[in-house]
Amino acid sequence: MTELDQLAQRLLASAVDGEDVEVCVGRAVETSVRVHGGAVESLTVAESHGVGVRVVVGGREGHAHAGSFDPDVLSSLVAEARDNAAFAEEDDRVGLAVPDGVAAVPVERWDDSVAATPIDDKVALAIALEAAVLGADPRIRGVRASVYGDTRSETVVRSTTGIESHTRGTMASLSTSVLVDDIDGGTRTGGAVDAARGPVGLDVDTVADLAVARGLQLLGAVAPATGRPTVVFEPRFAATLLGLVAGMLSGERVVKGRTPFANRVGEQISADVLTMYDDPTDAASLSAAAYDGEGLACRRVPLIAAGVLDGFLHDTRSAKGLGTRSTGSALRSVRGGPSPGHRSLHVDPDRGDLDGFIAGIDDGLLVASLQGLHSGVNAVSGDFSVGVEGVRIRDGELAEPIREGTLAGSIPRLLLDISAVGADLERQPGGALVPSLMIEGMTLGGGG
Amino acid sequence: MLDHELINRTLGTALRTGGEFAEVFVEDKRSSSAMLDDGRVEELTSGRDRGAGIRVVVGETTGFAHTADLTEAGLANAAEAAAAAARGGGGGVREVSVTRVDGPRPTPARIPPEDVAKATKVELLSLADAAARAQGSAITQVSARYGDSRRRILVANSDGLLAEDDQVRTLFSVSCVATGDTGLQTGRESTGRTVGFELFDEADVEEMARTAAGRAITKLSARPAPSGAMPVVVGPGGGGVLFHEACGHGLEADLVAKSASVFAGRVGEEVATPLITLIDDGTMAGEWGHFTIDDEGRPAARNVLIQDGVLTDYMWDHLRARKEGRPSSGNGRRQSYQHLPMVRMTNTYISNGSDEPADIISGTESGVYVAELGGGQVNTATGDFVFGMTEAYLIENGEITEPIREGNLIGNGPEVLTRIDALGNDFAMGSPGTCGKDGQGVPVGDGTPTLRVTSLTIGGTAA
Repeated sequence: MTELDQLAQRLLASAVDGEDVEVCVGRAVETSVRVHGGAVESLTVAESHGVGVRVVVGGREGHAHAGSFDPDVLSSLVAEARDNAAFAEEDDRVGLAVPDGVAAVPVERWDDSVAATPIDDKVALAIALEAAVLGADPRIRGVRASVYGDTRSETVVRSTTGIESHTRGTMASLSTSVLVDDIDGGTRTGGAVDAARGPVGLDVDTVADLAVARGLQLLGAVAPATGRPTVVFEPRFAATLLGLVAGMLSGERVVKGRTPFANRVGEQISADVLTMYDDPTDAASLSAAAYDGEGLACRRVPLIAAGVLDGFLHDTRSAKGLGTRSTGSALRSVRGGPSPGHRSLHVDPDRGDLDGFIAGIDDGLLVASLQGLHSGVNAVSGDFSVGVEGVRIRDGELAEPIREGTLAGSIPRLLLDISAVGADLERQPGGALVPSLMIEGMTLGGGG
Repeated sequence: MLDHELINRTLGTALRTGGEFAEVFVEDKRSSSAMLDDGRVEELTSGRDRGAGIRVVVGETTGFAHTADLTEAGLANAAEAAAAAARGGGGGVREVSVTRVDGPRPTPARIPPEDVAKATKVELLSLADAAARAQGSAITQVSARYGDSRRRILVANSDGLLAEDDQVRTLFSVSCVATGDTGLQTGRESTGRTVGFELFDEADVEEMARTAAGRAITKLSARPAPSGAMPVVVGPGGGGVLFHEACGHGLEADLVAKSASVFAGRVGEEVATPLITLIDDGTMAGEWGHFTIDDEGRPAARNVLIQDGVLTDYMWDHLRARKEGRPSSGNGRRQSYQHLPMVRMTNTYISNGSDEPADIISGTESGVYVAELGGGQVNTATGDFVFGMTEAYLIENGEITEPIREGNLIGNGPEVLTRIDALGNDFAMGSPGTCGKDGQGVPVGDGTPTLRVTSLTIGGTAA
């Protein structure tokens, strides 16, 4: 047993008869480098600890968490969670996960190069990124940030109901945000990020090229006139949009009547070109995982098959609420209880790609950035209204760039209005594997 | 929270590689929350976070390390890690001796939340649930959340500063779902103050629940919001988010220094209509963004940023101010000991104008009235910002008429500031917010009187 397993086991030992206890213990070591003007602006090296305890007794659940392994902090944790449980109201959906016989698919998520790479080399990556951006084009005025970060993390979930899971993983990322002088004296920006299991997998030039291209793409952008163009989402924005959809397919939302898709399994909810599932078992995804937040094996979860709603993402509690079984989709941090969600969305490729889509559109918009997703998307009503930048499409060609526009609709409507799903699958830094999407007639608003 | 000699030794270790400045930030935070959802008190959570963040500055470089281990060895390890990260050219030994500053004393919570029985906190949730459901059968779902936290901090640095604060915050929110022929709609109401359980002497949770339920029910009959540019009147309190995004972030000295703000180099210029005086004030006792000292040990201050339309100053933290040879403005904040401080807002507001709110509405031929705003986001380099409207109505022929569905508004900060042509005399603070910047969230407050922007773009679906 590792140190974390032992720590979890010690806390479990304080469970008393008639109660179930679950302990989630996490440890992370992080490095973060911010560079500005060719020098290190800040360098953070740190290790953080966390312990979360859930006690379930008589259909009541209580939580306690601590950001420390200190014995004096941990000594009262189980008792505190137990005391909290006494104030919850009884609910027959409450209960800890129980091993369900589904075998975990092992995924290698550890890259030794995170620990083995000297700090100086990590700093050099961020400095090289800044230099590559600044040297790319005379119109680049500066770099707001050039950042390298990595983590090594380890998580243990153990419970008195027989759960024993231990996972570990590494992640490294490189990101930048560029400032570009516009022709009107204003500034445009562009950003990009690359992520991999370790620094060896990161590509400075790809990040620099993408950020610069995105910054330059919007030079001379004007406010659009209000209209209803066909909207093209390249894979990274398709991933954003479909991530919102997957969020609305959480079993917890269904149980609590907080999604327009409740009670619609078996119905056509999108154009039939869309087939989508969550697949955390795909080792090529950076969001792959062997176990979910409750220690059950992660598995492939079908969501939409040829436009028909196939099912929802469940953790143990939401599954009980709908009389079904967990899909191994519990997400959680040590600071709170689990709740169901997606890890790694996959969309089946259909036909065509971004360039082909553009060539076939008379009046359209290629999206270049979306703003205000947190304030403009209501997952309960399905209403969708966000700020947008992009490039107008006229007669099959890219035309003028636009900014200060809005894009609005409703998510259920927008799914039905998907007119094409590309074959150009692209892996996103967050793990999703999705192609370009084309959606008919969304409302573009603007003061132009 | 920590022995003075131990602090001195830790700072000495941090400076051993030639650091010019070192700081120890110690935090001990206890929090508790209770959640009611789907008609049941679902869960109570207790949390404890305790640790120290140590930073060392050499030239332009900051080294930072944090630890949850507050023993002498744990602190020494973190100090060495921070020092190694900063790596000065020099070396040697520098003695540090911290002395307590007789700064402002924290206002103690009148009723510390830790002294209040859990049953009493839970009772508030049930009251809110019942009050919301009593608004009609259209209310199909209610969730209510109670939360409190006590955050004790200690800041000591190699300039000899030693300061402490004890920050108690209490929060309550209610969210409702209404179901009708048109589908599902939501309504929310929240209150949060830097006070203890005495929050509920003034905050009536049943009234809040009725407000949240009313918002959800109203939206069932709401029309699609218009789309395109038009005059927008923002009600009292709500407009604070607008200024937070339109210019607040752009006045943070760290972004200004990187030329990542449209307001860089514009001090002394007229950046807004003369109606506008913008103030950031961490001293407003009880407000959500209030504290006694910031997370660098500097006393909270009232800073005028825009006076009668003219940009007077930016907001500063220790590092930026030190470079400019001026004092910090008390805006150095961090989410926790695990984060580096940076320039952040506190309570940001527009002071009162002289227009009657009713005249502002009646003087608007057609447009949108926004009663409640949601969150926002800004790109400080371009000035383009968005913010959500969660309760809004059409203005037709100078009157507030039908409710419209929620959505985002988009505008450009510098442009919007010059398009404010009416400012009411009905100042109010808005809802408690969490401001995010570079991945760190801190509590902030904001406020405004009723105001009108002559043109903002509304992101609706109607033509």
